[in-house]
Amino acid sequence: MNSFVLAECTTVEGALSQLKDGAAVKAGGIDLLERMKNGTYQPSKLVNIRNISALRGIQKTQDGLTIGALTTLSEISEHPEIQTQYQILSDACGHAATPHLRNVATLGGNLLQPVQCWYYRSAEFECIRKGKNFCFAFGGLNQYHAIMDYGTCPAVAPSSSAVALLGLDARIELSSAKRGKRMVSIKDFYVEPDANPTKFTVIEPDELLTAVMIPKPAPGTRSAYQKYGEKESFDWAIADAGVVLEMDGNTCRRAVITMGAASPVVRRSQEAEALLAGKRITEETARAAGKAAMTNVQPLSMNAYKVDLFPVAIYRTILLAAGQASRDPSAAG
Amino acid sequence: MSDPTKPNDPLLREHGRKGITRRGFLKGAGLTAAGTALLEGVQAFNSEAATSTNSEVTELGPGPVPVRLHVNGKEHAVSIEPRTTLAEALRIHLGMTGTKIICDRGACSGCTVWLDKVPVNSCMMLAVDAIGHEVTTIEGLSTESEPHPLQAAFVKHDAMQCGFCTPGMVMSCAALLEKNPHPSEHDVRHAIAGNLCRCGTYPRVFSATLEAAGNMRRA
Repeated sequence: MNSFVLAECTTVEGALSQLKDGAAVKAGGIDLLERMKNGTYQPSKLVNIRNISALRGIQKTQDGLTIGALTTLSEISEHPEIQTQYQILSDACGHAATPHLRNVATLGGNLLQPVQCWYYRSAEFECIRKGKNFCFAFGGLNQYHAIMDYGTCPAVAPSSSAVALLGLDARIELSSAKRGKRMVSIKDFYVEPDANPTKFTVIEPDELLTAVMIPKPAPGTRSAYQKYGEKESFDWAIADAGVVLEMDGNTCRRAVITMGAASPVVRRSQEAEALLAGKRITEETARAAGKAAMTNVQPLSMNAYKVDLFPVAIYRTILLAAGQASRDPSAAG
Repeated sequence: MSDPTKPNDPLLREHGRKGITRRGFLKGAGLTAAGTALLEGVQAFNSEAATSTNSEVTELGPGPVPVRLHVNGKEHAVSIEPRTTLAEALRIHLGMTGTKIICDRGACSGCTVWLDKVPVNSCMMLAVDAIGHEVTTIEGLSTESEPHPLQAAFVKHDAMQCGFCTPGMVMSCAALLEKNPHPSEHDVRHAIAGNLCRCGTYPRVFSATLEAAGNMRRA
């Protein structure tokens, strides 16, 4: 790891004053230290926000929940209110990485990770995401890459909490010293590779992700998230699904189906959602929704298996959310 | 960095790597873990120490800064660069080599220590982030005369083969017992979900932990 100056901050204002000249923000530091150890990122200054107590904690508000950016994935997954009212989020945060990493990794850091691709994450490959003009994945080893909506870069979205927060229609609070606060919907937070391959989110260099707001779920809402990987733990999803169902008795009033490891930006499947709206949740409707989510897939040379895996992940997660199945023992963690 | 002399085809690169032996690599790189530490130490003494800018922000480094770490109930004064991980501070600066660095990426949990009784990967944490917190390592789990009941159970159940993952395993399982004195096998599996054992001794780890839980409840 390169040497650096560490600016220890105890207030948001102090941290914001340091966000200049390429300084990197460090919270839990898990993804940051990995990229620094791998040599793909060598900032000369780290702004340590880990000790800003104002950015930590989960608050119930009139409109829903406000989660401070420094709240750890463990704290979120073990929170009683989130476990009962926002199951999709406790599932997603509780199955990322490993137990010990979740004890340190923060929600803000999880949302801000750059895409997952072994070429992008290696210092030996200068790719389109690093401002060059080439993608190694299209002609190379692409078994873990995207199957849809990838444009010029098929690296997949890395954040499991984002798959949940997209399902919950969350908003992200960004703060800057000059412009104050702004709220960005999670659906507008991530940048498609074709729009700008070197920019992963809309956050500006002088901004700090300070909180995540989640609206109160509509009456009758049930939700779930499941992730499938090659290993049970410490593995990235090869397929994952977030499901939010607004139920009237046995009938689904509205459904939101989200996916992470299918594309570079977390996405919803309107096709799958349309098949569930106004219907009873049964094995058949759930299976049909899973299949519909694969409309417009364009698998790469080595990842056609994902086109079979995603429908299963979605169908089983719909049944889990509806309370018609237990957690899939073949899902991760 | 892109090197025009190297093939861009990842398959070719992969095959190229297979030709490298461990011995050859160490010779060529001229670095072992200890060698790296020495180099870093030399650079460190040329750098400036901590400078304070205002009450809200304190700048540390990039050179060594004097810090105090609370480890196993004792306070230790060390001089470390901000980039020093907690695992490196424990092993290199404090000589506590019970904590192992294996993957150095948080993927194996061999470096597990407790930060205020919560198990964390010390390789993915800067040592300065442990300031003001109580660190517990494998050395702090037993007393001089008595092993921790879990350590005794690991011995009895032969819950190790090569033993390299063992300190991390013990710290993860002991943290579980602190939090949950009545764990099921599922709880033990979950607690060590991040601990990799390449010898595959997991069943012995489960049985040792479950027996230790019973013994500790009776004690």
